Amino acid sequence: MSSLLNVSNLTKRYGTTVALNDLSLELESGHIIGLLGPNGSGKTTLIKIICGLLQPNTGKVTVKGHPVGVESKKVISYLPDTTYLDMSQKVEDIIRYFSDFYEDFDTGRAYDMLSKLGISAKDRLKTMSKGTREKVQLILVMSRRADLYILDEPIAGVDPAARDYILNTIITNYDENASILLSTHLISDVENILDQVIFLKEGNIVRFSTVDEIRGSEGQSVDSLFREVFKC
Amino acid sequence: MSWNLSSDRPIFAQIVEHIELDIASGKLPPGAKFPSVRELASEASVNPNTMQRALSELERKGLLRTDRTVGRFVTYDKREIERLRKEKASSSVSGFLMQMKKLGIDKDGVLELIKENYQKEET
Repeated sequence: MSSLLNVSNLTKRYGTTVALNDLSLELESGHIIGLLGPNGSGKTTLIKIICGLLQPNTGKVTVKGHPVGVESKKVISYLPDTTYLDMSQKVEDIIRYFSDFYEDFDTGRAYDMLSKLGISAKDRLKTMSKGTREKVQLILVMSRRADLYILDEPIAGVDPAARDYILNTIITNYDENASILLSTHLISDVENILDQVIFLKEGNIVRFSTVDEIRGSEGQSVDSLFREVFKC
Repeated sequence: MSWNLSSDRPIFAQIVEHIELDIASGKLPPGAKFPSVRELASEASVNPNTMQRALSELERKGLLRTDRTVGRFVTYDKREIERLRKEKASSSVSGFLMQMKKLGIDKDGVLELIKENYQKEET
């Protein structure tokens, strides 16, 4: 168990709004961690800082000892909450592009997942439904052999049956020394595959424990604890 | 999913119980081989670490064994399995008796009910 991600005293302000408030966090290898919090709690801000897409006001992030930069991006596979792919391209072109760009991209794995989900590599993104596009993006992200996968709302747009398949894909495809940090609102769907959960509230971590600790000590699911903690 | 895990109790404990029941009932006979942690985790749709922990617990209890060449399998120790079966049955009975107590049915009433049910089953 070694430290994979180290976040220390991170603060991010947007004008007068504090998105992250002196947040510290340490993640180890070999875990699936849920990043949970209501809208505007700072989930995406935290993720974007770790991925080097936003600059914090203060604080530091290291990934396997490297500061955020070229070296950290090599080992992080990131699924953003928006589409960034060229809609006019075919899936096979994107796969070629990815395998060119990322040393750790496994083309065989990508095609395998595509065929299991019944997606044709000859199709163009713009002809696909929103859910299918999301599946393609997730396949691209999970086809890298990264140390840390960061998935921002990975299953929001897909139907429950495909959701099960995707969660299974996540369980069976990540290397046991890798970790997955995933943010979601669909807690009850992912709860069983998580081993740890982080509750984020107004830019602070209010809880960081294992799913079974929560169930054991609270006698309720993470989903219902979430509803209790973040009751409006 | 055939594992039917409930959402309010630790997943780890539920996996242990699930496998124990399969061993006690003979669905997993002595010597039955186990798939890899990853495969089992995928089948049950749970985190591989949680599955690993559950299997270690079953090993600690002496119900599963690991051999470097064969992998993980159900113990051949019949006494251990018999003990497990008794323990499972006994805890079911004590739960049942607690329920009967709540309903205000005394020992004679309970025995009478059990007899009636057996008769119904036989006819």
